[in-house]
Amino acid sequence: MKLHEHQAKEIFARYGLPVPEGRVAFSLKEALQAAEELGSYPLVVKAQIHCGGRGKAGGVKVVNNAEELESAVESMLGKIMKTFQCPEGKPVNRVWIEKATAIDREYYLSITLDRSVGKPVVVASSAGGVEIEEVAKENPEAILKEYADPTLGLMPYQVRKLAFRLRLPPREFSNIALTLYRIYTELDASLVEINPLVLDKTGRLIALDAKIDIDDNALFRHKELEELEDESQLSELEVEAKKYGLNYIKLNGNIGCMVNGAGLAMATMDIIKLAGGEPANFLDVGGGASVDQIANAFRILTADKDVKAVFINIFGGILRCDRLARGLVEAGKKVNFRFPIVVRMEGTNVEEGKKILSESGMNFVNAEDMWDGAKKAVELANKTEV
Amino acid sequence: MAILADKNSRVVVQGITGREGSFHTAQCKAYGTNIVAGVTPGKGGQSVEGIPVFNTMEEAVKETNANCSLIFVPAPFAADAIVEALDNGIKLVVCITEGIPTKDMIMVKDYMKKNYPDAKLIGPNCPGLITPNEAKIGIMPGHIFSRGKVGIVSRSGTLTYEAAYQLTRYGLGQTTAVGIGGDPVHGLSHKDVIELFNQDPETEAILMIGEIGGTAEEEAAEYIEDCVDKPVFAYIAGITAPPGKRMGHAGAIITGGRGTAQAKMKALEKAGAYVVENPARIGETVARILGVLEIAEEDKTCDTD
Repeated sequence: MKLHEHQAKEIFARYGLPVPEGRVAFSLKEALQAAEELGSYPLVVKAQIHCGGRGKAGGVKVVNNAEELESAVESMLGKIMKTFQCPEGKPVNRVWIEKATAIDREYYLSITLDRSVGKPVVVASSAGGVEIEEVAKENPEAILKEYADPTLGLMPYQVRKLAFRLRLPPREFSNIALTLYRIYTELDASLVEINPLVLDKTGRLIALDAKIDIDDNALFRHKELEELEDESQLSELEVEAKKYGLNYIKLNGNIGCMVNGAGLAMATMDIIKLAGGEPANFLDVGGGASVDQIANAFRILTADKDVKAVFINIFGGILRCDRLARGLVEAGKKVNFRFPIVVRMEGTNVEEGKKILSESGMNFVNAEDMWDGAKKAVELANKTEV
Repeated sequence: MAILADKNSRVVVQGITGREGSFHTAQCKAYGTNIVAGVTPGKGGQSVEGIPVFNTMEEAVKETNANCSLIFVPAPFAADAIVEALDNGIKLVVCITEGIPTKDMIMVKDYMKKNYPDAKLIGPNCPGLITPNEAKIGIMPGHIFSRGKVGIVSRSGTLTYEAAYQLTRYGLGQTTAVGIGGDPVHGLSHKDVIELFNQDPETEAILMIGEIGGTAEEEAAEYIEDCVDKPVFAYIAGITAPPGKRMGHAGAIITGGRGTAQAKMKALEKAGAYVVENPARIGETVARILGVLEIAEEDKTCDTD
C-alpha cells in the first residue's frame, strides 16, 4: 500500500525527522487557510498522487502570494495528473502546502529490501532529487549501500560511514538514517525514501520529499495505517476486484484474460502478444475460485469497455474444471456477455467441464491448448473491433 | 534418486486441523506420501485421516521421527511455525502459506542462515514439491505428474502444473518438481534447486520456470553457465508486464528497469539454456531437443511456432 507524501511526512514528523512545516488541503478554502496558518510566503504547493514525476507534470509549484497560491491550487485540485510514470493519470484530490526551503545541496536516502541477499539495504547518494535508477545505471559508484543485519538492526557506525563519505554532518545524518530504519521496521514498510534529502542554506538537513510503501501482507498488524489508503488512486475496477479478492490489473489491449495463478496469468498475457494481440488486463481468480468469484470476475471484464473478446485459460488443479464450467454457466445467466469467450481448460475433470460448457447452449469457443486459445481470441477481438 | 523428498520422507503437517491443512493432508496421503504426524496447538490427542495430532513440534518429532514439515499455518503465525520446525531438527520445511509479512521472512531466513545452514526451506507462498510415485509434499494435483528424468523448478504454481502436464503428454516424466514460491524473500532459490538437480544422477534435464522481478533467474544463469552440463530449458513469464505494477506475486514487479523478462531470457540464453518463448510449447521444445520427438537436426530451435 502506498502512502501520500503528506501522510509520510506526518509520520516522519512524529518520529522526529526534520520535514518542512506544512498542511494538507482538500479544497481551495483549506489551502488558503493553510497558507494563513503557515504565516509567510514563499510556499510550495504539491499535488498528492500515488505516482512519481510530479515535478515535470506541473504538480509542484512555488508560490509567493495568495493569488499565485490560488492559481496553483486550482491548476491541480480536481484534475487528472499525467506523469511519465503514470501515463494513464491519477486524480488530484488533495494538495500539500509547505514552507519553501532554501536548498543548498540535494541527496538521496532510502531503505528497502535487497531480495538477492534477503536483507534491508540503506541506499544513499549525493546525487539526489533525480531518478535514483538513472543514477544507478549511469554512475553506479555514486550509490552507497549498507546492509542491515536483521537481528542487530542498522548499526550507528554504518550510517556514520555514509555520512563521512557524503560529507554530511555525521550526528545529524546518522540520526536521520537510524530513525528512517526504525520507521522501515516498525511500520513493516517495503520502502522508505527521502528524495531529495536537502542540506539547506543554514546547514540543516531536511526531508524535502517523503515516500513510504507498506507491505500489504503486514497490514493486519497496522490497522492505523490501513485507514490511510486512498482508493481514489486506484481505478474503479481495481477497487471492485480488490473487494472480491481478485487480482486485477488494467492494461492497454482489447483481450480480457481470466486465469488462475499469477504465473499462468502472465504467461497468458505473453502468449496473446505472441499471437499478435494485446491483453486488456491481468485477472487472476486464484487457486480456489468459487462460482461467485467467477461471476464477479466476469462483471469486471464486462465493465471494461476496451474488452472485445475474453480468453479464459484455466489449469484445473485444486480448482476443478467442472466447477469452473458451472461457474461460467452461472455467470452467463447473471451477466450479459457482449463479447466472444474463448475457453481453454485443462487438468482435473476436464472432460466433464467441457461437456457442461457444450451442453449449456451458450456460445463458448473451445480451444485445444493455450496457443490455439490465444490465436482464436486475437482473431475474434479483431473481428469485433472492426 | 530424485531430490529433496522420496518415499522415505517422514512428513509432519503443521496446521493439520485447518481447512486447507486437513484437505491437503488427505490428498497427500492418498498419493502415497508418508505422513506421520500433525501439529495444531491445543488439538493434541486428536487425529486427522488416522494421523496423530500433537500440540508441539517437539512432541511430534519425538514420537514419530518426522524429518520433513509441511506448513499450512495462517500467515500471522507462519514464521513461528517455520522456526518451531527448524528448532526441532527438521531439515526440510515446505511452507505453503500465502501472505506472510516480508519482515517475518527476512528474520526467519536470517535465523536459518545463522543457526541451521544445512536446513532447507521451500516457499512460502508455493505449491510445494513432488517426486512422482513417491511423495507429494504440497498442494499440486498429483495425477498430472509422471516419473521420469526432467527436474522442474518454478516460482509459479499453475505454470508448474502447465509445464508438467505438457511434459507428461510428450512422455517426459519428472524426477522432482519444486515450486519455490513467488514471495520476495523465500527459501531455496532457482539456483539452489538447479544445483540439486545437477548433482542428482537420475535427473537428465532441467526445466526452469521464472518470472519478472528480482535477479534470481540471472543468478541461476550464472551457475548454469559455470557448472551445469545437463540441458537446461527455461521459460520466463511476464514479457508483456508493465513496469511498476505488481503482477500478482509480491515478487513479480519490474522496478527501475530491473527484473525484466528480456534481461532474464538474455542471461539464460548466454548461459547456454534453451529459452522457450511460447508457454504452450514448453513440452514440445523439451521433447524435440531431448530427441524424444523425431525431428530433423536443423529444426533444433526454440522458435515459437
